[in-house]
Amino acid sequence: MAPRTLDTLPPRTADAGAPGPDQLRDLYRMLSNVRQLDTAAVAWQRQGLIPGYAPMLGQEAAQVGAGAVVDTTRDFVFPTYREMGVAYTLGVNMVEYMSTHKAIWHGGLYDPAVTHFAPFQAVVGGSVLHAVGWAHGQTLNGASTVGLGVALAFLGDGASSQGDVHEAMNFAAILTAPVVFFVQNNGWAISVPTEQQVAGGSVAARAAGYGMPAVRVDGNDVLAVLDATRRAAAHARAGLGPVVVEAMTYRRGPHSTSDDPGRYRTLDDEKIDGGEDPLSRFRAVLLERGVADAAFFAEADAQAQTRADEIRDGVAALTSRPGSEMFDFVFQESTPTLGAQERQWKEESEHV
Amino acid sequence: MSEVLEGVRKTAPTPLVQLSMQQAINRALGEILERDDRALIFGEDVGVLGGVFRVTDGLQQRFGANRVFDTPLAESGILGTAIGLAMAGFHPIPEVQFDGFAYPAVNQIITQLARMNYRSRGRLPMPVTLRVPSFGGIRAPEHHGESLESLFAHVPGLKVVSPSNPQQAYRLLKHAASMPDPVIFMEPKARYWNKAAVDLTDDQGSVSLEGSVIARPGNHATLIAWGAMVSRCLQVAELAAEDGIELEVLDLRWLKPIDEAGLAASVSRTRRAIVVHEGPRTNGLGAEVAALVSQSCFDTLRAPVERVTGFDVPYPSGDLEDEYIPNIDRILFGVQRVLEYRRG
Repeated sequence: MAPRTLDTLPPRTADAGAPGPDQLRDLYRMLSNVRQLDTAAVAWQRQGLIPGYAPMLGQEAAQVGAGAVVDTTRDFVFPTYREMGVAYTLGVNMVEYMSTHKAIWHGGLYDPAVTHFAPFQAVVGGSVLHAVGWAHGQTLNGASTVGLGVALAFLGDGASSQGDVHEAMNFAAILTAPVVFFVQNNGWAISVPTEQQVAGGSVAARAAGYGMPAVRVDGNDVLAVLDATRRAAAHARAGLGPVVVEAMTYRRGPHSTSDDPGRYRTLDDEKIDGGEDPLSRFRAVLLERGVADAAFFAEADAQAQTRADEIRDGVAALTSRPGSEMFDFVFQESTPTLGAQERQWKEESEHV
Repeated sequence: MSEVLEGVRKTAPTPLVQLSMQQAINRALGEILERDDRALIFGEDVGVLGGVFRVTDGLQQRFGANRVFDTPLAESGILGTAIGLAMAGFHPIPEVQFDGFAYPAVNQIITQLARMNYRSRGRLPMPVTLRVPSFGGIRAPEHHGESLESLFAHVPGLKVVSPSNPQQAYRLLKHAASMPDPVIFMEPKARYWNKAAVDLTDDQGSVSLEGSVIARPGNHATLIAWGAMVSRCLQVAELAAEDGIELEVLDLRWLKPIDEAGLAASVSRTRRAIVVHEGPRTNGLGAEVAALVSQSCFDTLRAPVERVTGFDVPYPSGDLEDEYIPNIDRILFGVQRVLEYRRG
């Protein structure tokens, strides 16, 4: 599916230039890391290491391209449950990230306050409003000399149907909040295709109604995503308000390891609609520009495999959290009622 | 948890001001904004207008439109934005204009606000105080008079409180806003305009801001209530006293967590309990109160815990609300039932 062009983001002269050879190679390394880990995680589920996983096969370019823009010293990412590639790119500890898929802890074990990657969560569109509130907080704090911290809200074509996403875009535009709404339009919300999900055919097109600029970008082209997100973040950082980036991509795998795409699409559909694999596309670009060769790719892919193996070892070694943590984190200041329930649980539990 | 009778503390005279609850809350909000520069007030019409109940009157003029601001008309947006502001280190005090319009925000309240601290393992606390003008009694249109306490009290991660008079509203709101956890602050709108003496100092003496308070001591039975039902129960106690029946009125105040010790202490003395609330009976908070009382006072109880409540019907139109909200007669019938109960 060739993305229709849409770009209403005003040009900015101060934007960073095109990535140099080192950054191009780093981008490939990250794409490969993400691909290997994603593929591995599906295997872990089949092997019984984790109960479930939501693959992001095919969305590597969209996630790595967007994640590469984030400045974790001042920006904040608001993900859903399929942003493994963003987390990886931000440097989130991937064992701690994967702990949520091992059913160790809902939000994962990583520290959102340190990583600036909000807790993993399942309500699509639920965190988009949080991004707006956080971003308005940056406005209230006042811009530093280097501009505002930017909130990156991740959502998909399915989430765009949620009322909260409308409220978020409207609030953000009214408040001139520094938010980038990063939409991964991957063609499918579980079994429902975009045509039955997004009236008008484009989430980015809706931005005009809020008076927001938008960019619709080929989400399988990591450089196009990087450029669009960078421009969007610069716009928000300068205090000019929110932007929608719609990365047109394709969910090449199932919705989750429990899903059976054969019930709603054929392998031929996947081949035609999915287009060329984002990693092979980027390999071709690097070869063409002469910044990488076959040996580099072999080495990068081998390293990615090693890292995936290391993460697997970490995930395998993860042990259950003590049951007392069920009670510990309900409140900052617990209550007598909850304390009594915990005492009873301890008395009647074998785990003490 | 306090056994201390409000207003009987004999210390140096304190400046008492006659304030309505609406004015008392306004004073409290002003002080909160003054003392805590991370505190923010926002919601529908809270800025220039000062809120439809004028509770935020003058605050935007005093503190500016960065601290007190109007939002678009979207309750989920208000709560979701509050969560993000809390993540950014602010102390939001959002307002939902009427109880029935908290429903559109319930998803954000339950799936996000109540769980963010838990989900983040304590790393993203939610010091959010949500003000909700609550309960009935003002002849309002549909959805302007609902009792949501059992809904919110059922949700892990929320604390719920409802003041019954201007003094408590003033102190409990300041206390709630200083807490590091989400608090649903249910303001009994039927009591907004009733004036009473308010001590505006921070010295609350031995009256705790946690738990319940005994609004009137008695020894024949305990009336357990919160919000606007407390003053109604006090009226009932007044009437009953004329017949020589001394009713204790326990103002529960905190609906989550419920002051189990205070509840047990009162009922174990009076040995009879009537819980009074506006919300529908089935799965209402009265059921929880009755269960707690039967657990803690089973040996001393002389009668089953009586519930005098709203009915399992949608909150009726204003013309019928006096038939729905527990009135003096219905509460007296409840009292009579526990006093006349004989084991079969």
